[in-house]
Amino acid sequence: MTAPIIELQDITYHFPNRNNALENLTFSLFPKEQIGLFGPNGAGKSTMLHILMGLIKPQKGEVRLFGAPMDSKKCFDEARLKIGFLFQHSDDQLFCPTVLDDVAFGPLNQGLSPDEAQGKAIEALSCVGLNGFEDRVPYRLSGGEKKLVALATILAMEPEVLILDEPTTGLSPEAKERLIDILRNLKMARLVVSHEPDFLAATTDKLLAMRNGHIRQGELKPHTHTHVHEEGDIPHQH
Amino acid sequence: MPTLGEPFAHGESIIHGLDPRIRLICATLLTVPTALLLRIDQSAVMLLLGLLLVGSAQLSPIRVLSRLVIVNAFIAFLWFFIPFSTPGSAIGTIGPLTVTREGLVLSALVTLKSNAIVLTLMAMLGTIKVQDLGPAMQSLKVPDKLCHILVFTYRYIFVIHQEYQTMRQAMSARGFCPKTNTHTYRTYAWLVGMLLVKSWDRAERVHGAMICRGFKGKFYSLASFTTSVTDYCFLMGCIMMIIAVHTMDIIKRVFA
Repeated sequence: MTAPIIELQDITYHFPNRNNALENLTFSLFPKEQIGLFGPNGAGKSTMLHILMGLIKPQKGEVRLFGAPMDSKKCFDEARLKIGFLFQHSDDQLFCPTVLDDVAFGPLNQGLSPDEAQGKAIEALSCVGLNGFEDRVPYRLSGGEKKLVALATILAMEPEVLILDEPTTGLSPEAKERLIDILRNLKMARLVVSHEPDFLAATTDKLLAMRNGHIRQGELKPHTHTHVHEEGDIPHQH
Repeated sequence: MPTLGEPFAHGESIIHGLDPRIRLICATLLTVPTALLLRIDQSAVMLLLGLLLVGSAQLSPIRVLSRLVIVNAFIAFLWFFIPFSTPGSAIGTIGPLTVTREGLVLSALVTLKSNAIVLTLMAMLGTIKVQDLGPAMQSLKVPDKLCHILVFTYRYIFVIHQEYQTMRQAMSARGFCPKTNTHTYRTYAWLVGMLLVKSWDRAERVHGAMICRGFKGKFYSLASFTTSVTDYCFLMGCIMMIIAVHTMDIIKRVFA
């Protein structure tokens, strides 16, 4: 069996002065796997993502990316170039004066020449259907367009795995559909965190639920239906 | 959305055609020495030069004037104090206050220099597109941190302003109207405090997002600048101009 791309071993993380925390969390994502992680607000989903990207350091436990232990900042620097992380708020991710500059930012950091980076950026923009957006100003785009530009910024880096943190936040139903269409055409491994079961069902093939800092193991079969009974917002089997 | 656009950045004039780096250098060359001038006649020359530059950049006169009005509103305050508070030879009195010649000269000097500098900056810096400003500064070896501060301020000032307006609307929705009382002062203090906290949090998130895309403290840019003969001629012109104005000062001081 191949090594997992992402592996979290017994991760424990407590926020100072806050109750929510991760407690001995274990998780792995294998190549080609497309996992959806579901859970209510405050379950620790974003914390887990930030730990696996090395943005915060857990008090206990081990992070392994692409089979290698991440025990220094330098390891993370290298591994991050192969992981496409889409932030919950696009305004946090898009900071350049033009769309083209923003999409080319990652490839330039990877060491490509300006010409190559520009080529990659244009390619990524057309992949998300935003041809002709190169000279637009990111802050003047609509929420849906910003999300797609943010997606293009990470696709331009040709990542081996996509991590999407609440990608549907603030999107219109049309924008959501567009995002689903684009994601369906992307074959790389992915981890999607969301509190929308329908979106997860459409974009991933395995669902895990997170609650109070634990991932409930055991596969849940994604399906869509309407709910009237209690607990209808948690993935479950009938 | 605030209209903090770049009204002067787009145009076809000779100034717009110059290399942004040359414009940056010339802006520095023309403004810093101007701030040090001590004589009215030289300052007037610089003011004329400023007008000439604004003219050749073909900037909208209304926009230029409306900016000058703001600057001169501040300078107007100086005219209320400096003519009366500067020691020197009295040339008249208004009530109990004495106006001095030195005071009037100093006020005029400040006014001329400020307007000259603002005009020059509008023509030279205002015409640079924001996306070119950061890379241009970087290629002139301005410290990275300064470039980053400039680029990020421009990008996030809108977001912060939006956050301010959202909070302000939420306050109005709960019946807040500002008055001169402690409740208002305290509320505003909280608003500003909250804005700082939110900006800090956002800065951390933005930094995290940049790290995730491989940022290691250095910006690479797509922009490439080319310098032409016109650029060098313009630069030489600016250097000669500033030397001429300053020599005029030295000569006059020696022979005075």
